[in-house]
Amino acid sequence: MTDTKSIMIVGVGGQGTLLASRVLGSVLTAQGFDVKVSEVHGMSQRGGSVVTYVRYGEQVSSPVVDRGEADCILAFERLEAARWLPWLRKGGSLLINDQRIDPMPVITGAMTYPDNILEKIRDLGAEFVAVDALAAALEAGDARAVNVVLLGLLSTRLPFPEEVWQDALAACVKPRFLEMNRKAFALGRALQ
Amino acid sequence: MRQLLLGNAAVARGLYEAGCRFVSSYPGTPSTEITEEVAKYKEIYAEWAPNEKVAFEAAAGASIGGARAFAAMKHVGLNVAADPLFSISYTGGRAGLVLSVSDDQGMASSQNEQDSRHYARAAKLPMLEPSDSQEAKDFVKTAFELSEEYETPALLRMSIRVDHSQSIVELKEREERPLIPYEKDMRRFVMLPANAIGRHVVVEENMAKLQELAETSSINREEMRDTSIGFVTAGICYQYVREAFPDASVLKLGMVWPLPVERIRAFSEKVDRLIVVEELDPFIEDHCRSHGIRVDGGKDLTGLQGELSQSKLAAALGQAAKPSLDFGEPVPPRPPVLCPGCPHRGTFYTLHKMKLTVFGDIGCYTLGALAPLAAMDTTLCMGASISALHGFNTVRGAESAKSSVAVIGDSTFMHSGITSLTDIVYNKGISTVLILDNSITGMTGHQQNPTTGLTLKGEVTAAVDLEKLCEGLGIRRIRIADPGDLKQLETVLREELACEEPSVILVRRPCALLPQVRALKTKPLKVDPERCKSCRACMAIGCPSLRFEGKAAIDPTQCVGCALCEQLCKFGAIVKEAD
Repeated sequence: MTDTKSIMIVGVGGQGTLLASRVLGSVLTAQGFDVKVSEVHGMSQRGGSVVTYVRYGEQVSSPVVDRGEADCILAFERLEAARWLPWLRKGGSLLINDQRIDPMPVITGAMTYPDNILEKIRDLGAEFVAVDALAAALEAGDARAVNVVLLGLLSTRLPFPEEVWQDALAACVKPRFLEMNRKAFALGRALQ
Repeated sequence: MRQLLLGNAAVARGLYEAGCRFVSSYPGTPSTEITEEVAKYKEIYAEWAPNEKVAFEAAAGASIGGARAFAAMKHVGLNVAADPLFSISYTGGRAGLVLSVSDDQGMASSQNEQDSRHYARAAKLPMLEPSDSQEAKDFVKTAFELSEEYETPALLRMSIRVDHSQSIVELKEREERPLIPYEKDMRRFVMLPANAIGRHVVVEENMAKLQELAETSSINREEMRDTSIGFVTAGICYQYVREAFPDASVLKLGMVWPLPVERIRAFSEKVDRLIVVEELDPFIEDHCRSHGIRVDGGKDLTGLQGELSQSKLAAALGQAAKPSLDFGEPVPPRPPVLCPGCPHRGTFYTLHKMKLTVFGDIGCYTLGALAPLAAMDTTLCMGASISALHGFNTVRGAESAKSSVAVIGDSTFMHSGITSLTDIVYNKGISTVLILDNSITGMTGHQQNPTTGLTLKGEVTAAVDLEKLCEGLGIRRIRIADPGDLKQLETVLREELACEEPSVILVRRPCALLPQVRALKTKPLKVDPERCKSCRACMAIGCPSLRFEGKAAIDPTQCVGCALCEQLCKFGAIVKEAD
């Protein structure tokens, strides 16, 4: 089980992390891996902090990723990157969408949104790539395509052929949004 | 064919392959997708029932009628369905009858985290617990077989992590099962005391046979590896044990009731340390101890609350935590919130502003309890808003009724609010009830319900007329208010609270996420910084698209233009985007 790889997709409910994990799961299944994907549904989806665990390898037991175990974290928002940072294993890769979405305690003024999150993560010694996926999604034609832009970015960090990603995308998104999502995916791949 | 399937989708696939013909459920996280997935198979009749009791009784009737039948629910739903469960336990069905119950360890979407395994023991039923999607599918079939062979309903215990994890499943074809001819059998199916006494004997005999089966069945599996430590476990915990202790011996239980006592005893004798790993209550552990089996660790190590994981288990057994980074300063929590444009926001803003005592219920609108709206005093269970308000106002008097309301969603009202409202009318209460009618079952992800005019399979059907229903119960004051119009809602509320008879306010506006609402493509609003006086009045509605940094600002990617904030701005600073 030591060969099992762990990826986490973290973000804010409503950002489309579920679709991203489904596309990734589909890619990994097509590659012949044993795969487990653990999702969040229900109340927590309503604008809350959401996390999806994706694990793959020869034979996967637990569907859950714990602190210090993630080989890669794909963060859809920078506060979420800070929240889930302890889950990254030493030397793991961190991909961050440099977008700010205020949580309710910040909106109400009860707490403040931390300053300079990226600089602080860098000072802790974690390697990361930060991108503006929202701008790319808007360029593709829909702010909601942030998830597919980030999948494009993730695809450049994993050793699977692009066609497999394209097939998975076609299988997971509605046909009328496919063209826009293909564009978002390509823009995401170019963000590296 | 191999396919990556959600645990809930795998249960649905199991129902399809097992030739199940009838499914009735009420939605509830984490069980909802089972029935949504079943609805995609044209071979299976599938419906949303008004509540879990109705769902399970309908499934029981279908089974008596000769078809394999099934009902899915969450743990608290089984409380609602417990009445038929304890009696159908005596009669069984004709064709297989299976009830799936999904526990919510960690309470991601629930008001408690009860352990449903106790129901199997209390109602004297076999219970199977899968550890991944493949087993979820396979155990559905086994459950039907047990149900038919032992004349008993069978329980499938799911847990949130198995419900909502995808893993690889091998798909098979459906095996059609012809309808079993109906024969009247009063001694078995009419639970008069004289018949029930006889059936209880049969139930105990069958439980003894099931106990023997548990001792020999391959559904319980001994995996001998290193014998210095041996784990007895079931369900998702099996996966955590394998992850954290890949070299250890394991007795994996697929059947969690009845438990194979002698097999556990034999296993315990082969290992140096016997550890029982289970989430929530010490169900397996207590049973082992009561039969004199040596247990070297259980709840003393893993605790009684929440989900376990490989790391929690490893830590419980003394292993060091993996090295990890820490951000080093407080990260503001991100609790779930009402969506931008949510019709409930206007309601809870108004209730908060009027300083009313609010008896809440179960649904998206329970989020009205969170800051800054904080407009809720109690939330218990489905339907309790109305009945609890009645008790509260009865002891506290007429003045209390003038400053308190119950809030309940359309689907929750149909689930178990009708009898509560009857209690108010029948017993001369004067309470005010708000039915928050957003035209859908929202929290669980948009399921149809008896008020929407559509079935689970999307067919047009009769819609319950809430006005006429309340009128029929004896409510004379029935008002309709739009939560998107704050002044109107407040006026209606003041009028109804003032009058000394029961009233129902139908607070009506469709969920902002419904396709027909999104299709309106209402333009986002924006703040004119010149006019904004930084008074923060707009921030009181707790909208995720609003931000305040010296002045208010609206995130155009989130705002759906509901204009609630516009109504609160005295300076006309919030304006529509120019076309």
